[in-house]
Amino acid sequence: MRLLVCVKRVPLTGGRMVLTADEQAIDTKHLGFTISPHEECAVEEAVRLVEANGGESVVLTLGPAEAEEQLRDCMATGADRAILLKTDGGEWDAQATAGAIVEAVRGEEPFDLILFGNESADSGNYQVGIRVACALGLPVVTGLKKIAVEGARVRCEREAGDGREVYEAPLPAVLTVLEGLNLPRYPSVPGRLRAKSKPLAVLEPSRAEPRLEKLRLVVPEGQGKQAEVLGEGAAAAPRVVEVLQSLGVA
Amino acid sequence: MSVVVYVEEGDELSLQALAFARTLGETRAVSLDGPYAPAAWAAAISAAADGADAIVAAGSDRGNELLAHVAARLDQPFAANVTRIEGDVVTRIRWGGSLLEQARLHGAPRILTVAPHVHPAGEAADVERLIASDDGSPRVLDHVAPAGGGVSLRDARVVVSGGRGVGSSEGFAIVEELAGLLGGAVGCSRVVTSAGWRPHADQVGQTGTKISPDLYIACGISGATQHIAGCKGAKKILAINNDPEAPIMASADYAVIGDLHEILPAISAELRKVRG
Repeated sequence: MRLLVCVKRVPLTGGRMVLTADEQAIDTKHLGFTISPHEECAVEEAVRLVEANGGESVVLTLGPAEAEEQLRDCMATGADRAILLKTDGGEWDAQATAGAIVEAVRGEEPFDLILFGNESADSGNYQVGIRVACALGLPVVTGLKKIAVEGARVRCEREAGDGREVYEAPLPAVLTVLEGLNLPRYPSVPGRLRAKSKPLAVLEPSRAEPRLEKLRLVVPEGQGKQAEVLGEGAAAAPRVVEVLQSLGVA
Repeated sequence: MSVVVYVEEGDELSLQALAFARTLGETRAVSLDGPYAPAAWAAAISAAADGADAIVAAGSDRGNELLAHVAARLDQPFAANVTRIEGDVVTRIRWGGSLLEQARLHGAPRILTVAPHVHPAGEAADVERLIASDDGSPRVLDHVAPAGGGVSLRDARVVVSGGRGVGSSEGFAIVEELAGLLGGAVGCSRVVTSAGWRPHADQVGQTGTKISPDLYIACGISGATQHIAGCKGAKKILAINNDPEAPIMASADYAVIGDLHEILPAISAELRKVRG
């Protein structure tokens, strides 16, 4: 099987969002980077499918040169090679991103499955996978918590209400997944070493004018809560139970 | 301005989206029946919205999916989870609500979904039933019933959650004990599911379950934005943490400072005592 996984470099945010002075981005001076949680599961799923069926898993990202770090991380957990669609670091809107991915996919041998996270952790646009599928004329199923390849078809499940919906699609197909699909492995030390020499192709797509044009980011007004300290240690238990009773939940 | 609104039957979020759409102009509510088929349904919505100035739906799983398909078909931009709109400038949710973005939406029609629980629901409207053609695109073939058992995280009145501070899978016994006494559900943070201590179904957060209980008890959880995005819907939050400076304190109503391994059993014992 040939699989492509599309990922996005995002900052590892901590307890509070701090913006750059121009309000265009999160201030990442003191932050590390990762990929969106849903995408970690997409990479893991692709690696497992190749382990089970043979073939190749390719990981792709659109981002700055520094995004090579995330591609190497993905290769350390088992992806075979990587494609970096290098930008100057500015953010691309979902339409431009999807356009560049479609272009890159057309330059490759056909993939059986193209995997995305259902939405990125940062911009949460909920659309890049669907746009890519639509442009390539491929079926797409989103929000998946289970994927089973059966011959030339894929059977998948997603949560809906309390139960799950079952879908099927012929290959090739585009699937977008959610965290919980699997439990991603951690990279091993040999995996990290191997990743350093795996192939990484760099393309520089030209940027289309944004049609959802980011003007500025805003940190929402905090609830400004001042927690009432009920006590310290086990001695606080009677006071806690009083509060539980006052809230009508004890 | 003419606005086509996709409305899902019996869906509170759709009624919120409808109320929002009414502030934009004349609305026309549309819906579809039968097995859910996102691409085929989006084709029907696109056709029905021919000539409309805006296409709106709820920022739900289906609303976001359908309008992403509509936008892809029409090759127009799509703004997901919008909280307000002024002219062609939208404010929308990022990072599960931890950050907002103001953006200019250049498309025609304007395609957007309305962020959940930002606007009160409006009156229901006459809904026009659209017919989707069977174009062979993926559709729901079957439903799998829920596993059942226990109080569901989404519906629980009380959720007791554990984070890194719980320390291990076995450490959750005291979290389960308190949740059981309160008739509540057990939750956890992303650190816990990544470590394999609890199943992902228990995760509260941006990439887990978003909850709105009467009381949320966060034990040994620092309060990363990823986690707050999942629990900020709680009416009250009690944080139990050994660090009085932990970010969770800025979202909590009550706090107990100290070791959760001593505090949780003490609360459970006290509850048993007062109940006799």
